[in-house]
Amino acid sequence: MQSRSWKERTAGQAGRIAAAWSRFLPRAADFIEPGVEWTIRLCGWSAILFVCAIFFFVLREAVPMLFGGLDLGEFFGSPSWRPAPPEGLRPQYGILALLAGTLSVTGLAMLLAVPLGLGAAVYISEFCTGKVKETLKVLVEMLAAIPSVVWGFISYMVLGPIIMELTGAPVGVNLLNGGVVLALMSVPVIVSVGEDALKAVPDSYREAALSLGASRWEVVYRVLFPAAKNGLLAAVLLGVGRAIGETMAVLMATGHAVQIPHGLLDPICTLTATIAAELGETVSGGPHYRVLFVIGLVLFAVTFCVNLIADLVVKGIRSEKPT
Amino acid sequence: MRSQPEPGSDLAADIFTATPLEKWKAVKETVAKLVFLAMTLALIAPLLGILAILLVKAWPALSISFLLENPKEYMTAGGIWAPLVGTFFLVLGSLLVAAPVGVLAGVYLNEYARDNWLTRIINLAVVNLAGVPSIVHALFGVGAFVLAAHMGRSMMAACCTLAVMTLPVIITSTRESLASVPMSFREACWNLGATRWQTVRTIVLPNSISGILTGVILQVSRAAGETAPILFTGAVFFVPVADHGWASFFPYGPGDRCMALSMHLFTLVTQVRGVSEEIQYGTAVVLIALVLVVNSLSIGLRAFLRSRKRW
Amino acid sequence: MDVHIRFNQVSVRYGARPALGDLSLEIPKNEVFGIIGPANSGKTTLLKCINRTIDFVPSARVTGEVLVGGQNVYRIRNVCSLRRRVGMVFPLPVGLPLSVYENVAYAPRRAGMYGRRELDALVETCLRQAMLWDEVKDRLAILGTRLSGGQQQRLTLARALSHRPEILCLDEFSIAIDPVTTMKIEDILRELKQQMTIVLVTNLVQQARRLADRTAFLSGGRLIEVDQTEALFERPAQRLTERYVNGDFG
Repeated sequence: MQSRSWKERTAGQAGRIAAAWSRFLPRAADFIEPGVEWTIRLCGWSAILFVCAIFFFVLREAVPMLFGGLDLGEFFGSPSWRPAPPEGLRPQYGILALLAGTLSVTGLAMLLAVPLGLGAAVYISEFCTGKVKETLKVLVEMLAAIPSVVWGFISYMVLGPIIMELTGAPVGVNLLNGGVVLALMSVPVIVSVGEDALKAVPDSYREAALSLGASRWEVVYRVLFPAAKNGLLAAVLLGVGRAIGETMAVLMATGHAVQIPHGLLDPICTLTATIAAELGETVSGGPHYRVLFVIGLVLFAVTFCVNLIADLVVKGIRSEKPT
Repeated sequence: MRSQPEPGSDLAADIFTATPLEKWKAVKETVAKLVFLAMTLALIAPLLGILAILLVKAWPALSISFLLENPKEYMTAGGIWAPLVGTFFLVLGSLLVAAPVGVLAGVYLNEYARDNWLTRIINLAVVNLAGVPSIVHALFGVGAFVLAAHMGRSMMAACCTLAVMTLPVIITSTRESLASVPMSFREACWNLGATRWQTVRTIVLPNSISGILTGVILQVSRAAGETAPILFTGAVFFVPVADHGWASFFPYGPGDRCMALSMHLFTLVTQVRGVSEEIQYGTAVVLIALVLVVNSLSIGLRAFLRSRKRW
Repeated sequence: MDVHIRFNQVSVRYGARPALGDLSLEIPKNEVFGIIGPANSGKTTLLKCINRTIDFVPSARVTGEVLVGGQNVYRIRNVCSLRRRVGMVFPLPVGLPLSVYENVAYAPRRAGMYGRRELDALVETCLRQAMLWDEVKDRLAILGTRLSGGQQQRLTLARALSHRPEILCLDEFSIAIDPVTTMKIEDILRELKQQMTIVLVTNLVQQARRLADRTAFLSGGRLIEVDQTEALFERPAQRLTERYVNGDFG
């Protein structure tokens, strides 16, 4: 036994005193432990609390307009968004153009991001190893870490002039700019979730195919894609969810023109950008303010559904997985 | 199909030379590999190119005084100290709330929760909380913290909003780290008469702290970069900041509105006239650098702690 | 025969799957009690019922009575004190990611023992009993997970002894370790049975024959036969037992 330091001696002494006391007092652990466990339990339930709270508080601000004054037919069907018209005219709250803006920029972004993202996921997962793989994964993480306002800055200051030069467009902030930036922002999600999905396919599948003489490309195309299709689909859905919900980058990249786009070079406005751009200028409690909260509810509902579907798709893998 | 060559005959050598089909397959494989490589590079190249452009254009503005001075002359000159401090406090405040709740929630989900409908709902809630758009977080912050909790537009409200935003990812990463501790350790402890909490406290948490820290640090960088949640809950473009003394270095209290780097960049670019390009690019570069440095810290920590695995 | 552990018509189900069916068994004090049987016969479940670690299996439903020292285990208020009366050794060696010293000191610390001198003495005693002391006495600070498989199994035994149990349960302890360590541990068990009751679950029938005083044969969750070891092996009453001990199946 090593000789005992003063630390050990005092610890032993304190232990003897504690042991002596514990005969008289109930063990502190008897109180602390249930307390700790209840705190843990409450924290565990907090996620439900917060989701409900988000829904509740957004609804609370939206309700006066939602159930008293908002024509839902006009809301979803009309492309005229004129919340602050000049004197005498009735304000119009039609979000069709905004919906078109969101859908078009998300669609364009996914058109670019899904093939690139899945291709990169396949490359990182199947075609490279070791240091190269680690470096690429780190680079994708860095791409994911860039804040959206910086992407907006890049789209406004760098991509905008490039687009104006290449296409002769009058302004650089438009659907094309938004689509490219949103694609670059959604790709990391698709790559990382897609890579996880491919990693989850057991190696025995790959080995079996290779031993039958398949090339690596055939393994990917004929074995991995079908086996991982649920996870890859989930990756795409999560990318879509990210794109729909993106605010600052599209705000700075697409201009602020409330119109249904007819071409790639038209400036548009998305649901998210509208809220971000206009909430600061509304009268708190006024109709415009409340309609923006209604738009928030629409966004919440849409992303809730997309995430729910993605989650069910992922669960589909778990239950189908051969043990 | 070729017929089987007799053993020992010269034909036996033929099974090792490639048939035309196999040569074509090899070509397809190389083409496929190059296509996928091109796709990967199509992502990396813009990233690196953009970072290069930003750095070059921001270079003239970057200096220590840029970082330490407060903005002057209606934001068209001076530095970014006040926004930096604002971002620092916002991140710190949000983490003080989100980290304990998130870690304990992760502990609950991995160590205590049974496989019943309540747990399924909690998992669903976490996934959905993670997917809520940042502007909806802003609306929630306004409705709940600014208005209902009477915090007004303040740093406190902004911190709470950021906390709710970063919570789900902390929960998920904590749960994953805890799950990486083998079950056999827990069973050994239970059989020795340790309670669930004692097992978690003495074996599970200490051995998963690396993963937990990594997740928390990643959220630091995310909270530093977000703009939408703080736009209407507490961050403003301009707060009168004293020129000298203590208050010029630490300009905000919890009830005050504050400046933030992300918000500063946004407004500088979209709403202020007459700002030189260098200052705009400089602000962007500082924000990216901040985020990337924090992320690198997290990645480095993860690699370091992975190498020190204890089992 | 002094009964230490008694099972009264104990049934255990994991969800819809039955694991133990209406089992009634008496395990006497200070003997080595062997339990043999093919896979999935409920042997591990039986052990888990003794110290109530079956509670940690979420889908488990237990009916019937398990009595340890005359007390119903489900009426004992402090479950942890019950678990400290029972030591458990698992099939796969498990070293906790702590130093060897802390591995053995784990249970006493959780029970509230703080004194450094007492802990030192206890650690040494347990490591000596587990025949591990000589190999680790100079490196008590190394991580338990860095020991070899045989050493980790003896470390598990030392941990199991560290809370001075009255019952020691071993669940197929030898399947993952070398024969030399197995022989060492069997010698330890022969010595320990004077101080405690030993319940030995094994799929090596010869091991039961070597060590156990009485042996029970389980199959499909049911108790087929229980008897003095020699009688069970030489003159089994049930046909199934005879087929199993002769190696016809399992």
